[in-house]
Amino acid sequence: MAAQHKKRPVYLNLLQIRLPLPGMVSILHRLSGILLFLALPPLLALFQASLGSAEQFGEIRASLGQPFFKLLLLALLWAYLIHFFAGLRHLALDLHWGTRLANARRSAVLALALALVLTLAAGVALW
Amino acid sequence: MVKRAAGGAHYGLRDWLMQRVSAVAMALFTLAVTGFLLSHRPLRFADWQALFQPHWMRLLTLLFFLSLYLHAWVGVRDILMDYIKPTLLRLGLHVAAMLALAAYAIWTAQILWSF
Repeated sequence: MAAQHKKRPVYLNLLQIRLPLPGMVSILHRLSGILLFLALPPLLALFQASLGSAEQFGEIRASLGQPFFKLLLLALLWAYLIHFFAGLRHLALDLHWGTRLANARRSAVLALALALVLTLAAGVALW
Repeated sequence: MVKRAAGGAHYGLRDWLMQRVSAVAMALFTLAVTGFLLSHRPLRFADWQALFQPHWMRLLTLLFFLSLYLHAWVGVRDILMDYIKPTLLRLGLHVAAMLALAAYAIWTAQILWSF
């Protein structure tokens, strides 16, 4: 019996675990949260500069015109949107809305799709 | 029937609630600012600065950022509790996150009342 227990596969290899969609949204919620937390100091500095003077505002606008910063900004926007919609989904689940598996899957897809579509829309508008 | 009083300081419930209330506050502020940005395209410096000129807007913006920092505190704390096993390291990271968020809060107030 004890030997049998020892032979059980401990399956914690992150590269081999295949998450179901709601699990994917859940881990993206965490990752985007961490990313946004780490991005706070540069974003605060940007906010400060944007309000400082018309010259600084113009400099920010010019540097955001560069593809590298534009992509960085869009990545952060994507993280914000994933966190936003995954968070709304969580609030709904807290109220016991959409807790059945099929609905939970559907709302997971919806959260990912909305974040992606709005990021792409912002990308098109900014480019 | 077993009747057990749940003990403890209930700080788990308080944090859970804080995370959700702050989320709703941030979501509403996000929608409002997004609406402003969409109706002021391309954004000019004068409009941007005028948005944050009224005292009530500075207060609302500060509330948004304080919600953000409380929200981030609960999130970061949960993630550290889940993944960082060595107690001393986890404690150190908790303290670092707390201090960083406190500093951000002071910085934010400075930004909002110094332009």
